[in-house]
Amino acid sequence: MTIEINDKTYDKDFVKKLAEISGESFHKCMQCGTCTATCPMSDEMDVSPRQIMLSIHFGLKKKATEANTIWLCATCHSCQALCPRGMKLPKIMEALRQLYLRGNENYVEPNKIPEDVIADLPQIALVSCFRKHTA
Amino acid sequence: MTISYYPGCTLKTKAKNLDDSGTASLTALGVDFKELSRWNCCGAVFSLADDDLLHLVAPVRDLVRVKEEGNTKVITACSMCYNTLARANMVMRDDEEKRYTINSFMEEEIDYNGEVDVFHYLTYLRDEIGWESLRKKVKKPLNNLKLAPYYGCTLVRPAEISIDQSLPKTIMQDFISALGAQPSFFPSSEECCSSYQIISNPNAALASSARILKSAVKRGADAIITSCPLCEYTLGKKQAAIVEKDPEVKKIPTFYFTQLLAVALGLEEDVCHFELNVPESRELLAKMNFV
Repeated sequence: MTIEINDKTYDKDFVKKLAEISGESFHKCMQCGTCTATCPMSDEMDVSPRQIMLSIHFGLKKKATEANTIWLCATCHSCQALCPRGMKLPKIMEALRQLYLRGNENYVEPNKIPEDVIADLPQIALVSCFRKHTA
Repeated sequence: MTISYYPGCTLKTKAKNLDDSGTASLTALGVDFKELSRWNCCGAVFSLADDDLLHLVAPVRDLVRVKEEGNTKVITACSMCYNTLARANMVMRDDEEKRYTINSFMEEEIDYNGEVDVFHYLTYLRDEIGWESLRKKVKKPLNNLKLAPYYGCTLVRPAEISIDQSLPKTIMQDFISALGAQPSFFPSSEECCSSYQIISNPNAALASSARILKSAVKRGADAIITSCPLCEYTLGKKQAAIVEKDPEVKKIPTFYFTQLLAVALGLEEDVCHFELNVPESRELLAKMNFV
């Protein structure tokens, strides 16, 4: 797949905001792919964690924010534990989620979760899901 | 000296089997503890956004309660509560600017500067009681029971709050050995069970849990032990759904580590609330004459 990159495709505001929320410096990433290799959810992701990092490098907001990747990340911190550059990828995934959620949009709609599912779930499942996936 | 015990929301309802077996065991071990009064939900997860301090208020408020009661140690058995409380505590200890902002925001509370030490139940057993001392108090050794230690994520990541800094981690294996049981190490012991994805992306979540179950069974474990009510849910209660989706998965009983601690200490079975586990869990212990 060819990706067009030029000064018009680089979203400066997006990269700046992301750095602000995550506190991370994206240029440390050397694209080794350890994050993708260790991510237990990467099989289900349409854009791998490494590709997300590359998209941020290039300022490609749409590619980074519209992937299911950020919503499949369960903040398990496996990538952070093994990143040879000491990057905190879970913070970057959180920042990407926040960019969406701060638009006052939920990823999970609490009132659409069936009653029997709610009754069955442990409280920490609901609290953690709402904290990570609702505005 | 009294230590504060923080149960957390799930332990008072869905995970009574973790709460009651854990507190009964602390009593049996002679630990002077008191449930924290007026505790609130810790929030279950730690906010990773640098500009989000609001989600620190709930766990910090719990730590303030510990300080208010004149204690310097708080113990919790839930992995997610441990992770959230320990990380919030680190912020209050190490980040002067955030500490000032949070203390100013919570003006109705006394100032908190990270004076409390947050213990997970397992670290308390290791550091304050000791494996040898625990071994001596075991009345019913769980001989020949092969237990897979499932750490999951929140007990061991990120590294700064990990309950075991050694590589490979041994704390759960040491616990299992102290009970007279046999640790059955498996490669997925620190892999994520999918956590709250069970709500948002259930199919992906069940696939993750299936991998962990297969790995434990393949290494010959009789059961898996965990300290997290969400792991217990995804690996235990959801097993029927996992097996239905992936027939290659074989069922395996799951326990909270405190349930087996209570059994090994010879406590009354009712503190274990095995009715809250999958039926296979108690059946395994009955078959081996432990209950």
